[in-house]
Amino acid sequence: MANKNSYKQDSQITSQKSGAKYLIKNGKVIDPANKINDLYDILIVDGKIDKIGKDLNLNSAQTIDAKGKIVAPGLVDMHVHLREPGREDEETVLTGSRAAIRGGYTSIVCMPNTDPAIDNPKTVKSLKEIIKKDSLCGVFIVGAITQGRLGERLTDFKAMKKEGVVGISDDGSSVENKNVMFEALKEAKKKGLVLIEHCEDTKLSAGGVINQGFMATKMGLRSIPSESEYERVKRDIELTKRASSGIHIAHVSCKESVELIRRAKREGLKVSAETCPHYFTLAEESCATYDTNTKMNPPLRTKEDVEAIKKGLADGTIDAIATDHAPHTDSEKDVEFEFAPFGIIGLETALSLAIMELVDTKVLSWEELILKMSTNPAKILALDRGSLKKEAVADIVIIEPQKEYIYDKDSVESKCKNSPFINWKLKGKASCVFVAGELVMKDELIMDV
Amino acid sequence: MKNNVSSKVVWTKKDLLGLEYLSTEEIELILYTAASFKEVTTRQIKKVPALRGKTVVNLFYEPSTRTRTSFELAAKRLSADVINIAIESSSVKKGETLIDTGRNIEALKIDIIVVRHNCSGAPNILARAVKSSVVNAGDGWHEHPTQALLDMFTLKSRLGRIEGLNVSIIGDVAHSRVARSNIWGLTKLGAKVTVCAPKMLIPEGIEKMGVRATSDINEALKGADAINVLRMQFERDSELVFPSKLGYFKQYGITRERLKKCKKDIIVMHPGPINRGIEMSSDVADGTNSVILEQVTNGIAVRMAVLYLVAHAKEVSA
Repeated sequence: MANKNSYKQDSQITSQKSGAKYLIKNGKVIDPANKINDLYDILIVDGKIDKIGKDLNLNSAQTIDAKGKIVAPGLVDMHVHLREPGREDEETVLTGSRAAIRGGYTSIVCMPNTDPAIDNPKTVKSLKEIIKKDSLCGVFIVGAITQGRLGERLTDFKAMKKEGVVGISDDGSSVENKNVMFEALKEAKKKGLVLIEHCEDTKLSAGGVINQGFMATKMGLRSIPSESEYERVKRDIELTKRASSGIHIAHVSCKESVELIRRAKREGLKVSAETCPHYFTLAEESCATYDTNTKMNPPLRTKEDVEAIKKGLADGTIDAIATDHAPHTDSEKDVEFEFAPFGIIGLETALSLAIMELVDTKVLSWEELILKMSTNPAKILALDRGSLKKEAVADIVIIEPQKEYIYDKDSVESKCKNSPFINWKLKGKASCVFVAGELVMKDELIMDV
Repeated sequence: MKNNVSSKVVWTKKDLLGLEYLSTEEIELILYTAASFKEVTTRQIKKVPALRGKTVVNLFYEPSTRTRTSFELAAKRLSADVINIAIESSSVKKGETLIDTGRNIEALKIDIIVVRHNCSGAPNILARAVKSSVVNAGDGWHEHPTQALLDMFTLKSRLGRIEGLNVSIIGDVAHSRVARSNIWGLTKLGAKVTVCAPKMLIPEGIEKMGVRATSDINEALKGADAINVLRMQFERDSELVFPSKLGYFKQYGITRERLKKCKKDIIVMHPGPINRGIEMSSDVADGTNSVILEQVTNGIAVRMAVLYLVAHAKEVSA
C-alpha cells in the first residue's frame, strides 16, 4: 500500500488546482520503476505526470528544455537528520529541504533523534505542522522504536502510524536489548511499519572515534572495530528470521555486513540495506589530518571495505544510497577529533559522488543509480514516489550529467558546512527540480516560496 | 658528531607536529642543529640571541614538569620571552575551545606555541587555525617528536650513527606517543626497530610502521644496540586489563640479569619519569648502561634546535 504521508505535498497539490502545466522536452528519461530509458517528453498537469511520449506539444504549457540531460523521478533520501525540533541552530526543515532540492532530492525521510525524540503521535503531529509550513520538498517522518530512544519500552507504533510515520528507528543508537528488538520487529510487522536499524554494538565501539586498524594505531586514537557493526547486523538478521519480519539496515560501512546481508537475501529473508556516499568514496586514510569532517559513525573503513560496498551496490545486496545527512555547526566540529560529534552533511553532494564513484567507474548503470537513489528507497518505505507513471506525483529531477563544479563552502544550502568534500571538484548536478508538479529549482536557481 | 647534513637542506615547515611528517633530511637537520646548540649549553654563559624579541608560549593541557621546563629553558637560552599557560583538561569541554584559545594567544603577538594536549591530533588542529608556529610537546597517544629527537640525538652522540642500529622499544606501545615518534624517526634514519609489549598493548597494524613486534622480551633484547623503556601507566586505561605491576616487572622489567645476556654496552634509555621496580630495576636505571640523565640534558639542545628552526622558517616564508 502506497504511503501518502508527505505533508507538504498534499497542500501543494491542492493549491495547484489551477492546473499549471509543464512540458519537459527532449530529455533522456530514466525511470526504472516503469522500465523507461529513452528520449521522451513529459507533460505535467495539476501536479501529476500526465503523459510521457515522443514529440509532445502543448502551447499552454511552460516548456523546459532537457536536451542532453537526464530526467528521472526525484531522488528520495531515506536517511536524513533535520534537527527540528531541538537543534534548529544545526538545521531546520526549511534549510534541510533547501539542501535537498539543491541535491536533486524531492523526498527526504527524517530520523527521530531530535530533542525531544519523535516517539509519540503528538510530536509527530507538531513536526508535521512545521513541515507543512516550511518544507520545499516532500518530508516523511520516521518515529522512534523505543520511548526516548532509550532502548527499553516500545513506542506506540499504531498511533504514530496513524499520525503518518513511514517507518521506525532509534537511529543514532542501536536497540541494545535483544528481547526489545525481537518484540519491536514483531510489532513493526504487525503494524505494517518498516524498522530501520542502526547496527552498532556499543560494548565493542564505546569510546572509539575512528576505524580500528592501522590509521587508529598511527594516529593514536581509540577505535571502532567493524565487529561492532556486523555482529549487530548478524544478531538482527537472526531476529528478523525468528520474527518472520522485515528489517532495513542503515548506513552499511564494512565488508562483513555486506556479506551477511547478501546471504540473508539469498536465504529469502526480507532484509534491505542502504549505504552512504562517503562509504563508497572515502576510506580511513582520509582521517589522517584529524579533520573532524571525516569523523562519522560508523567510521570510514578500509579501501577493501570501500570495494566491498561497491560490489554490494553492483550485485543488488545494497538496495539504496542514503546520505545520513547529519549537520553539525562549525563550533561543534572545530574542536579536538575526540570531542567532535560524529556525522557529515550529504544532501548536496550525494548525486555528484554517486555519478563520479559509481557511474563513471561502471559500478552502476544510470538506471541502477536512479533505482538506488529514488525507486528503491521509495519502495522500501512504501512511499508513492520514485516513479514517473501516469498520475504519479510529479516529483522530477533534471540532471546535467557532465556539469563540473567546485563544491564551495559559500554555496552550501544546509545550515552547517560539515562536509569532507568542501572544495572538491565534483561532476554531475541537478539543474531543475519539480516537487508535486511545481518547479522549485530552475537552472540551479531555487525558487522562493 | 658526524656531520652528514647537506648544507642545501633548508627548514621550511611552520610547525613541528610529528616525525611522521618529516623527511629523513629534516630530521638530520634538527639533530645537526642541536649539536651546535649542545655546545652553547656547556658554555659559562649559556645564552645566545637567536630568538631575541620572539615570544614562546607553553600551552599545556596536561600536567608536565620536565617537558615544560625543558622547553622553557630552551627558549630562554635562545633569548626568547616565555609564557607558561596551564589549562586543566577537565575544563576544556565547557570552556574556550582549543582554536579560540590559540587565536587569542596569537592575538598577543607571539611567535611559537608549544602545545601539550591529552587529545591525539590537537596540535594538528591548532596549527591549521593559527599562523604562529606550533610545536608538539606531546599529544595523546599520537606523537612526542622532541622526545624522540632527543632520544635519537643521545643515541647518535653515543654510537655515532643511527643507521643500522637495532633499537627495541619496550612497554606500553599502544598508549605511547614516545613509541610512535621514535618509530617514525628511527626507521627514517635507517635503524631496525622492534617493539615489545604484552599482546594487548601492541596495537593493530603496528608492523606497517616498519617495525617488528614481539611479546617476548628475550627476542627484543637479543642483539639490541639500544633499548628505550617506556613508562608503564597502570592508572591510565580502566577499560583495559593490565598485567599486575609485579607480574609486568617479572615478565618485562629490565634487570641486571636480563642485561647480562645483552650486548655488553647496550644503551638503556627511558623518557621518564621512571617507575623503579616496574619497568626497570634501580640498578639498571642508575647503572653504566643508562643514559637517562644524558637524555634530559640533550633535550634542551634538541628543543633549542626545533624552536630555532621553526622560528627561522617563519621568517623565510614571511
